[in-house]
Amino acid sequence: MAKVLMKGNEAIAEAAITAGCRHYFGYPITPQNEIPEYMARRMPQVNGTFVQAESEIAAINMVYGAAGAGARVMTSSSSPGISLKQEGLSYIAGAEIPCVVVNMVRGGPGLGSIQPAQSDYYQATRGGGHGDYRMIVLTPASVQEAVEMTVQAFDLADKYRMTVMLLGDGMIGQIMEPVDLDAVKTLMAPAVEKPWATTGMKNHPGRNVVNSLYIQPDVLEKVNERLEAKYREVEREVAAHEEMMMEDAQIVLAAFGTTARICKSAVRMARAKGIKAGLIRPKTVWPFPYAAFEKAAEQAQSILCVEMNMGQMIDDVRIAAAGRCPVSFYGRSGGMVPTPEEIVAAIEKAVK
Amino acid sequence: MAVVFEKPKALANVPLHYCPGCTHGIAHRLVAQALDALDCADNTIGVAPVGCAVFAYDYFNCDMQEAAHGRAPAVATGIKRVCPESVVFTYQGDGDLAAIGLAEITSAAMRGENITVIFINNAIYGMTGGQMAPTTLVGQKATTAPYGRQLVGQGSPIRVSEMIATLDGATYVERVSLHDAANVNRAKRAVEKAFRRQIEKKGFSMVEILSTCPTNWGLSPVEALNYIIKEQMLPVYPLGVLKEE
Repeated sequence: MAKVLMKGNEAIAEAAITAGCRHYFGYPITPQNEIPEYMARRMPQVNGTFVQAESEIAAINMVYGAAGAGARVMTSSSSPGISLKQEGLSYIAGAEIPCVVVNMVRGGPGLGSIQPAQSDYYQATRGGGHGDYRMIVLTPASVQEAVEMTVQAFDLADKYRMTVMLLGDGMIGQIMEPVDLDAVKTLMAPAVEKPWATTGMKNHPGRNVVNSLYIQPDVLEKVNERLEAKYREVEREVAAHEEMMMEDAQIVLAAFGTTARICKSAVRMARAKGIKAGLIRPKTVWPFPYAAFEKAAEQAQSILCVEMNMGQMIDDVRIAAAGRCPVSFYGRSGGMVPTPEEIVAAIEKAVK
Repeated sequence: MAVVFEKPKALANVPLHYCPGCTHGIAHRLVAQALDALDCADNTIGVAPVGCAVFAYDYFNCDMQEAAHGRAPAVATGIKRVCPESVVFTYQGDGDLAAIGLAEITSAAMRGENITVIFINNAIYGMTGGQMAPTTLVGQKATTAPYGRQLVGQGSPIRVSEMIATLDGATYVERVSLHDAANVNRAKRAVEKAFRRQIEKKGFSMVEILSTCPTNWGLSPVEALNYIIKEQMLPVYPLGVLKEE
């Protein structure tokens, strides 16, 4: 099939169906409404289920039940709605249920704005819910990458029995770009067996229980140690990033998602001015590609972190740099999107 | 010799953690007897609540999921949409269903989810130590209502079954009680009917079961049955079929 022009949100919804998702539970919130609207239209055509839940809390708990019964399940929302889902995300982590959650981030805090932002970085990477847990967080920078990551998200969720969040922003959700949905089919991993799922005892040996309660502290500690070992494995196997013009870069930009695309223009503009700029773009922000930034901190004079927030990913960049080079920050927030010119000005300031 | 009574097969052979005189054990047995009578335990997925029945996932011989506080009807909705041919039930207390989970129970009923809800109403939060519930009677003492529930400021008891019965999606709603043998038998028939109707795809069914909490009521088991349920709860929570269609 040739490439088709699709809005980011709709492309992600279709990619989920391509990945075998037949159960979607959601609640309206801007700027991700095209996902539930698309699912409401498409799911009946593929014998799937669309439920408009009474709240984001209910939607994530429907995900818990459906994914606990073994299905590939997705929900989507935007920042205030993702805050409401944190209870469910914690329970899902505790019960080790695989699922995919899309967050098309908008400005915050509070009701904030409906324009694109990256201010949910802490919530996504540090765990907005209670307890020691992690989610894999993928950060697409184009609609094509968003569909590829959607398929990858379902595979990773099933493989590691954990939540995979697609962390976009209002821009990724709303922008229209050409996408090749057939190409993503080739990315799909073989299906994973789910012998633990609650499908009724006639379908599996013994009794299956989906649960996150361990009333004995020594038992819960063992569960946490096992989860931690799994998270360490994910860190080794899943962390991913893209590098641009890093061979001789003296000033290294750090940016993800929409901001990284703008930074690519800024890097080219800075190079045209004779500044040796480069870019490291995390494609996963948990696990964070620390190694790439450790290397950059050895090589470069400084790192400039560019985000659509007041400075959140910069914490991870600083952890990687560990004082080996200065790390500065340029950001816009509240739904404001930085221009390449603003970023070039920040680069010039950083290299002075 | 004829067997007149035996432990239902759908009830796991483990000691229950409930306090002496608590009627959760009877309610569990009624659910298990219904699963046995309908021969469906191996095709059933139950959802346990948060509250005294939090360990219910260990007590039934069927697949189980443990839900967050109040979310059991949402979890059950997810399960039922994946397994429409399976029997799916929630077992929830009054704090779980009538307070924090009001949105989930109401919306599941509104959608007409073809699930069965077993609603245990003992007018108090048991597991956390006897706090006031939305179902607590006016004047009834609780650890968070030490002077008794006050009409002004704390309101009067919520009758969830009456509310749910107003929804077109709910097709069977009945309130029963466990305060004596005759009522236990009525409750048994209601629970079995609720499950049978689900298998017949008749839609959302809910059985509210008036239960005791001798520990947190500060009464003996017999006093709890006679004094609170019979004398105090029945006038507020009248028994009977609220909806059947």
